Amino acid sequence: MIRLERRPTPSRAWGAASPLLAVALTMMAGGLMFAALGKDPVEALRTIFWDPVMGEFAWYFRAQLLVKAAPLVLIAAGLAIGFRAGIWNIGAEGQYIVGAIAGAAAGLAFHPSESVLIFPLMVVCGALGGFLWAMIPAVLKVTLGTNEILVSLMLVYVADNLLASAAVGWLRNPEAVGFPGSRNLAQWEASANPELIAGTGMHWGVVAAVIAVIFAHVLMTRHLMGFHIRLAGQAPRAARFAGVAPARLVLFCLGLSGLLAGLAGLFEVTGPAGQISIDFASGYGFTAIIVAFLGRLNPLGIVAAGLLMAVTYVGGDNAAANLGIPGAAISAFQGMLLFFLLAVDVLSNFRVRVGRGALA
Amino acid sequence: MTALLELEGLTKAYPGVVANDDVSFAIARGGVHALLGENGAGKSTLVKTIYGLVKPDRGRMRLDGYPFAPTEPREARAAGVAMVFQHFSLFDALSVAENVALGMETPPPIRDLARRIRAVSEEYGLPLDPARRVGDLSAGERQRVEIVRCLLQEPRLLIMDEPTSVLTPQEVGILFATLRQLSAQGTSILYISHKLEEIRALCDAATILRGGRVVGGCDPRETSAAELAERMVGAKLSAPKAGGGAPGDTLLRVEALSLPPLSQFGMPLREVSFELRAGEVLGIGGVAGNGQDELLAALSGERLATPGSVVFEGADVSRLGPVARRRAGLLTGPEERLGHAAAPDMTLTENAALTGAARKGMLRRGFLDWGRARDFADEVIARFDVRTPGAGVAARSLSGGNLQKFVIGREVLQEPRVLVVNQPTWGVDAAAAGAIRQALLDLAAGGAGVIVVSQDLDELLEISDRFAALNAGRLGTPVPTAELTMERVGLMLGGAHDMEATHA
Repeated sequence: MIRLERRPTPSRAWGAASPLLAVALTMMAGGLMFAALGKDPVEALRTIFWDPVMGEFAWYFRAQLLVKAAPLVLIAAGLAIGFRAGIWNIGAEGQYIVGAIAGAAAGLAFHPSESVLIFPLMVVCGALGGFLWAMIPAVLKVTLGTNEILVSLMLVYVADNLLASAAVGWLRNPEAVGFPGSRNLAQWEASANPELIAGTGMHWGVVAAVIAVIFAHVLMTRHLMGFHIRLAGQAPRAARFAGVAPARLVLFCLGLSGLLAGLAGLFEVTGPAGQISIDFASGYGFTAIIVAFLGRLNPLGIVAAGLLMAVTYVGGDNAAANLGIPGAAISAFQGMLLFFLLAVDVLSNFRVRVGRGALA
Repeated sequence: MTALLELEGLTKAYPGVVANDDVSFAIARGGVHALLGENGAGKSTLVKTIYGLVKPDRGRMRLDGYPFAPTEPREARAAGVAMVFQHFSLFDALSVAENVALGMETPPPIRDLARRIRAVSEEYGLPLDPARRVGDLSAGERQRVEIVRCLLQEPRLLIMDEPTSVLTPQEVGILFATLRQLSAQGTSILYISHKLEEIRALCDAATILRGGRVVGGCDPRETSAAELAERMVGAKLSAPKAGGGAPGDTLLRVEALSLPPLSQFGMPLREVSFELRAGEVLGIGGVAGNGQDELLAALSGERLATPGSVVFEGADVSRLGPVARRRAGLLTGPEERLGHAAAPDMTLTENAALTGAARKGMLRRGFLDWGRARDFADEVIARFDVRTPGAGVAARSLSGGNLQKFVIGREVLQEPRVLVVNQPTWGVDAAAAGAIRQALLDLAAGGAGVIVVSQDLDELLEISDRFAALNAGRLGTPVPTAELTMERVGLMLGGAHDMEATHA
């Protein structure tokens, strides 16, 4: 008989080891899945994990890694703060889209000016767009007690439609004779978010992600607000006793994660994506949820998790192109990572006992 | 009398601690046997062994002369062992009969069961209506549900774990009469309690445990309470002493405080009014669920009251939250240690910052100084003799008594002007309880006002200057403790429920 026994104190060793174990289990299960699809599992795993970092074309892939990791880390850093408090913003994808639209719209209003103030203005508006979109579930939760999970998630689909209408309608490039999509922001100097150091993939979004991670780390470990956030997540009653106002926490956590998601959207639309288009939404907002948990809701862990997830993105594309592995299999592979992480997580709070013992 | 249950050399070790070490004694047929000991002495492990919840590492038991080694409670029950736990396992939303049925393996139809419940409750003088919803019952009545549930199995050994901690004196009287009747009919009772006077009144044999070992047995009827206590603790105990200063200015005035209940089964506060003066300990007694949690929440600032109802040092604080009240000097210590007074998975350092951040200078422009938090935690640990490997361990790894010393110490060392505590010594052993009470008295002697909300009447009479009873959300007029007798206190608490049905 196998039983689980609660540990008196959560195990630090397992807390650190469980992401690694989860990655190992994902590789095994993923390998089986690829084998079942008729692909060589070793080859597939090598294509996904090895080639982007160390392979022949790594010089190209490595730049892609930062480009993919930056929005994931930026969004996940914000989400993790809310998750620590037990406030579940599932709609970062929507805030990402609205941030991109708001920032792009603010910039395009001044086209074709070449003012240096345009890009900063777009950054502010992108952040504001994400913030306000996240305020909808926040205010509804605080005033009416609605569930932020449902409201924020449903607002993703509203944002999707907003994106479509912007791409084919009010933000459409007037010079593109019928093609959907806005003007190319990456090619307009005033709004471009270019590579800061050529060949590295490093753009302003990477800088923002680094700042966000440092900010989140300081907030959670040194600031009273971070302490209250952790308290509210672990022991809500003790948090109220300590003087935490739950409503303020909801507004702060949703607002901050929305703001960061909006920023991620803005940097994406002005850089790698280049324009508001119908297929601008690429699922970063959802994948960031996996990144947040894979990184133990810890800002520094999120950096590692974001890079790892970027590897599976880049390597997954690589595998899809070279080995013909379907995209859905890559998505399932990424999902397995979260699945195994949550399963292995049990070990940090519980001890596995094999055999028959007495109940304590 | 012959022995019903014999224990021989029972030993049970957990990692790092030997809970029971070579424990041997015998319980006589029809005897009322007391099991005495401080928290952590091994009483719980021992009764869990008898009830089949814990498997001993060594040793054996004999019931009626036959080997008895239950591997689960069902076997113990089948052999005639029943147990009433300290914490009731009842569903508020179900009726008494439905609750009893849930605990049975093959429950009879509810109507038959209700008839049997009524018969047993009448036979043993435990008035109980099988159709009532448990959520509406008092703690004493809930306990009766548990006892009746046990009696329906016609047990030969009834184990009672701290049964009187939630009862009014009158309810204690009813319970004791029932237990004596059971004993006279040949049922053995194993009775666990901290309250030595009760044991002397009820029990005819006692086994004293200390550090997992039997340190002796005695006839409690012929041993003084002081001697019992000393053998339990292994050292002389001194009763807390009050400072005896004259009460000073009014620190806290509560006027016509009314609040809706916290939950469906909570109790509203109805027009609660009182004054607390400097240097005074005000004791508020009452059976659990009469508005204690609501009163604490209204004083701590977790719930806001109508303007003007809570006035602290001349300023209206009724609309201020916990942080502002703490800054002003009004501190509170809730009843529930884990999850309310302390966050279970956080370290003691973090828990020290939980209420101490503002008053102990841990905040600088919103940033927490963890060094100071750690110093404060260390100070609490040292001054209140909290047994822990250090301030870095999680709160939930501390024993109940040690954590209680920590959370009370955390408030006391912040030098409050007024400290309100709920059940400050609940589930705490005699030595720790004495230390906590002494700290509260010292605080009052230093000019602070202290409110102690408790269900332990002995405690309230020992340390409070004035006493008031909370009953159904109403607070009676505080009366100087010196003028009180136990009987009077019982009547103030609203009396036992269904007094007329006792063993007159």
